Amino acid sequence: MKNLISMRDLSKEDILHLMDVAAKIEKGEIVPNMQRKLAALLFFEPSTRTMFSFDTAMKRMNGDTIIMSGTGNTSAKKGETFADTLQTIAQYSDIIIMRSPIEGSARYAAEVVDLPVVNAGDGANQHPTQALLDMYSIIKTQGKLDNLKIGLAGDLRFGRTVHSLAQAMAVFGAEFKFISPSFLQMPEYIKDDLTEQNIKFEEFKEMEGNIDDLDILYVTRIQKERFADPEDYEKVKGSYVLNKTMLGNVKKSFKVLHPLPRVDEIHTDVDDTEYAYYFPQAKNGVYTRQAIISILLGEV
Amino acid sequence: MAQKKIIKVNAIKHGTVIDHITAGKILKVIDILNLTGDNSVMVGMNLASNKIGKKDIIKIENRELSKQEVNSIALIAPSATLIIIKDFEVVQKSSLDMPEYIEEHIICPNPKCITNSEEIPSKYYIHNSKIATARCLYCEKKYLVEDLKIKI
Repeated sequence: MKNLISMRDLSKEDILHLMDVAAKIEKGEIVPNMQRKLAALLFFEPSTRTMFSFDTAMKRMNGDTIIMSGTGNTSAKKGETFADTLQTIAQYSDIIIMRSPIEGSARYAAEVVDLPVVNAGDGANQHPTQALLDMYSIIKTQGKLDNLKIGLAGDLRFGRTVHSLAQAMAVFGAEFKFISPSFLQMPEYIKDDLTEQNIKFEEFKEMEGNIDDLDILYVTRIQKERFADPEDYEKVKGSYVLNKTMLGNVKKSFKVLHPLPRVDEIHTDVDDTEYAYYFPQAKNGVYTRQAIISILLGEV
Repeated sequence: MAQKKIIKVNAIKHGTVIDHITAGKILKVIDILNLTGDNSVMVGMNLASNKIGKKDIIKIENRELSKQEVNSIALIAPSATLIIIKDFEVVQKSSLDMPEYIEEHIICPNPKCITNSEEIPSKYYIHNSKIATARCLYCEKKYLVEDLKIKI
């Protein structure tokens, strides 16, 4: 594995190896040393959690980071090409971790520079490190990745996280329930991919009554910034809220995941139940990203 | 007289004939070939064809097609036959194969794709099943081949 651009590039073996390395890092069985290694975090789009998670991952391994956040402090405004910006940053660092609203930008970056590139989100396309930390959370709570029944709820149209996760879990024979307003349904191209792989999925318009047979319910925020018209946002806002009373008949091992930040799609009364796993999930992100960086830099 | 006229139109000394173009696709083919030069061009539309029912055909004098042009035409008219004429003789006749990969000649319909914001060629993988589809290497979106805009 030279870069991490898209879940589509990873084999089942790649994913399982990554899960194994993350678990060993968490248990202290592997202690990667990134002393004198520098990660360039290029975030051309706002992010706190993903950026902090990578920053933490690097620093927990004695490495360091240089951070560019937003486009205001780059030369792009002076007319420098994206390729030149990347080539320059590549002279300073050992690995490039980037987020951009432009789809395919990480793939292009990997073509331009010789360093490993990690896609930390490219528009509505891919967010593979989130998918991998989600999978690490799933394997930790379910003991396996194979043949699970997974509900994906919320913004399935624009949410790159759910796209990456659906593709990745399909490799492991998952069965899906897609729960979303019709305006925010899973895109056809993802559903086509699943159909081609003989993956079962059903679509629903409400959470209630559709979660009792699930192993995992993955809830996502309705992202206001994706809507061109604020009225469209108001129409669906708050219509997909999970609360404690809906958890009466769920499986014992059932877990609720969320990529965070949460707005109002999971009521805080769920937080104290044994089913809430979204905060440990965020911590799993650090182990997973430590594993990704270590593998790409050849340290494990 | 009518018979003679047809024979005269049919005959080209050197050049390329693209036969069995799916009826209605000829204008797209002309667009791809950017036929603005001095070459004589003959076009037939909606002609009866034993092979595909209705077909379009184009004959271009003194012009050989590049590999890229052939690939692009194969995308929109995969049933077409390419015929190369030299000294009034057919020197090569081959059916077009849908390419598995095409670089540069597809304009990605996704406005957020990097190929629409940077000066870089698009790269598409073609999946030729019952309905041919193409996936952008960069933004990973998949489209029906017949919906794609092709440029040379």
